[in-house]
Amino acid sequence: MSVVAALAPSSGVAVARTLRGWLLPLGIFVGFLVVWDILVRFLGLPQFILPAPSRIAEAWVVYLPELWASTTYTLVEIVAGLIIGSFAGILMGAVTARWVGLRESLLPFAVAVNSIPIIAFAPLLNNWFGLDSQLSKAMVAAVLCFFPVMINTARGLLHVDPAALELLRSGAASEAQVFRMVRVPSALPFVFTALKVATTLATIGAIIGEYFGAPSLSIGQYIVRYAAFLNLERSWAAIVFACSIGIGLYMLVVAVERLVMPWHSSFRAGEA
Amino acid sequence: MTDSQTDTVVQLSGVSKVFEGRGQKAARVEALSGIDLSVRRGEFISLIGPSGCGKSTLLRIVGDLIGVSDGTVMVNGKLAREARLAREYGMVFQAPVLFDWRTVQRNVELPLEIIGRPKQEREARAREMLALVELGDFAGHHPWQLSGGMQQRAAIARALALDPAILLMDEPFGALDEMTRERMNLELLRIWERTATTVIFVTHSIPEAVFLSTRVVVMSARPGRITKIVPIDLPRHRDVETREMEHYFELVTEVRESLRGSEGEAVDPRRVAAEGLSA
Amino acid sequence: MSTRRRLRPALGFLLIVAILLVGWEAAKLLAGDPWRFPDYGFYWDPPLRWKPVNDLNLPHLWTIFGAFWELDAKGETYLSSLIGAAFFTARESALGFALGTGVGLGLAIVLIHVKVLERGLVPLLVASQTVPIIAIAPVVVVGLRAGWFGVAIVATYLTFFPVTIAAIRGMRSADPRAFELMRSYAAGRRTVLRKLRLPASPPYLFTAFKIAASASVVGAIVGEFPAGIRDGLGGALLQAMQYYSFSPQDLWAAIAACAALGIVAFLLVVTAERIALRGYRPTEDGARA
Repeated sequence: MSVVAALAPSSGVAVARTLRGWLLPLGIFVGFLVVWDILVRFLGLPQFILPAPSRIAEAWVVYLPELWASTTYTLVEIVAGLIIGSFAGILMGAVTARWVGLRESLLPFAVAVNSIPIIAFAPLLNNWFGLDSQLSKAMVAAVLCFFPVMINTARGLLHVDPAALELLRSGAASEAQVFRMVRVPSALPFVFTALKVATTLATIGAIIGEYFGAPSLSIGQYIVRYAAFLNLERSWAAIVFACSIGIGLYMLVVAVERLVMPWHSSFRAGEA
Repeated sequence: MTDSQTDTVVQLSGVSKVFEGRGQKAARVEALSGIDLSVRRGEFISLIGPSGCGKSTLLRIVGDLIGVSDGTVMVNGKLAREARLAREYGMVFQAPVLFDWRTVQRNVELPLEIIGRPKQEREARAREMLALVELGDFAGHHPWQLSGGMQQRAAIARALALDPAILLMDEPFGALDEMTRERMNLELLRIWERTATTVIFVTHSIPEAVFLSTRVVVMSARPGRITKIVPIDLPRHRDVETREMEHYFELVTEVRESLRGSEGEAVDPRRVAAEGLSA
Repeated sequence: MSTRRRLRPALGFLLIVAILLVGWEAAKLLAGDPWRFPDYGFYWDPPLRWKPVNDLNLPHLWTIFGAFWELDAKGETYLSSLIGAAFFTARESALGFALGTGVGLGLAIVLIHVKVLERGLVPLLVASQTVPIIAIAPVVVVGLRAGWFGVAIVATYLTFFPVTIAAIRGMRSADPRAFELMRSYAAGRRTVLRKLRLPASPPYLFTAFKIAASASVVGAIVGEFPAGIRDGLGGALLQAMQYYSFSPQDLWAAIAACAALGIVAFLLVVTAERIALRGYRPTEDGARA
């Protein structure tokens, strides 16, 4: 606790610096939206993929109740999938790190499966658990998260400074102590990297799972239905929600990371 | 083109360097102050001093990799910048800094490629340099397949590829073990005798400085000033036995004492005039 | 590494697949629907019943295998139509991947040399990686109204973000003293780019390529599906979904085709990596995935 408190002032400076570093990019982004808006509205350019940002904002406000309901519905799936997939991934990662035999067979298998478009299993999971079930989409999200988390956890637990291992062995430390004192702290950065990726994957998994069949008041169905009707403003308003979920969860993981590993993230303050 | 009077290759006059701080974090650092130094053609000068005394900075100033805050740097009668653009330098760092993706020979060819020499000429010259440093058999290897000492030899070969007027070396043997280091010292001297390049050599090692140089420049702690210049009047040709000569030990002791030297140590005024020292 | 050690991952992989397949049928033996082979007079009634392993949810392996050889109205096997669909999707992904790599590299080179743009755009690029872009694929495909080319555009988009970031990192990765060295040779910016920055990038680029290749394939499938593009794997999945109650094995076959495409794409990149990075310093084996 005191360690965190002692670092608080410097992390305050770091936060301020990060915020300042965001001024220019945010400016560019907002500028981009404004220019697009003008082009589409006043020059009457056909609303190709992106309708005028102002119209999207309108749709966002007008349809807020149903958008919000859809978001909460989908959010449940995403979070559930993230938790299930991450836990399983960390567990299996630890298991493969511990037993060499498992590692040599499981890890390459995991790498190969990771390259399969797991999304393709979404229709199957829908059929198993039912189109209207949130569980099916959560499972898609979980499966997507599982492999990167497992692979990175294993790598992190194994990526230990050999000198640190020797130090502990010379002190006759048990495997469990080595695990706790050296492997876990060394694995944390890897695990958090994987978790950050996992938040995006879980979001993608849930939404795409919904594309293949879900109640209409879910983000995925909302996006696809209104896109099919060429009602693109409503589609994009829903996409904005989807992006916010993704970014929000990512920032949550970053916040947890900062709490758990203050030494590491403040060291990397200001790094993109 | 050389200075017709004294055949001076490098002339530093009143050189100082201040690194400005950025924001509240980094403070203003005065790295060098009032450096005056003349280096004649064919000399081997070592710069030695405590950590942070600015010797690497001074080396880079000579090579126009860093600018001066005050004073002038003349190389071969022109400004350092012009000398760099005329590619009159060869540089060797503490790490070999060879390109992983090129073979040893192609690494040595790099400067020749940059100035646009045709393929045959490049290859011939590279092979010649590799033979000079006795790496001919490893031309087709990749740097990471070679030992540390061999990689440094390749780096030296590359530095000599354009037949530079000046060789700048920043603790090139610092990362090597003692025995390899002594061997490399001998090799470097042998190469120096053959190419007759002027060398400015930064080092932490007193024995190395004395063994290699014609003059040793001792610097003070930050802000770096020249404390003393010790002429090394050992025989021109040096070898293993030189390290056992009594005069060698005397010189090592002299350098060591200058390093330890306090301010206000008496300096022989005749020496000041002859060597262009500054207090 | 001895041949035996090198084969171990492959053997391990096969072992796990074998275990899965055996487990598959074993589960059905225990708790699936009755096994009927009237031609051989064979009948087996499993002791338990568990819905997830019945014939609708988990068809027999031989049924799935048989699905590949079913003939459709045109007399074509399902396998050949799936292969055709895979090629169709592969073309979209490959085109997108190639365009994305070109754009990504070009953008990275510009950003490296124009500091202002870099400070403004790189945070946006990094942030965009947290956005579920793949999920937006269908909307883009529908909106562009360009059919399969729209899908290729999606793949371009998915590729160029990771490639740009990796290229910037790679071009910055050289030892600062290497840059000093180039300066001592009075090398101009173009020379530094050609002889130092670009050759330093491939290790980083290939990490991005692996991600991008996989993302392009997934993005293509996802993009085709809701937009109703029938010729690719997305279309095959859609069709198999519609006939699921009649022949669940078709969906499995279609999924297998998607998996095959994903693995092939990954293997292509890994092979290319092995060739391209031959001169480079070897890193810990198996470190990239």
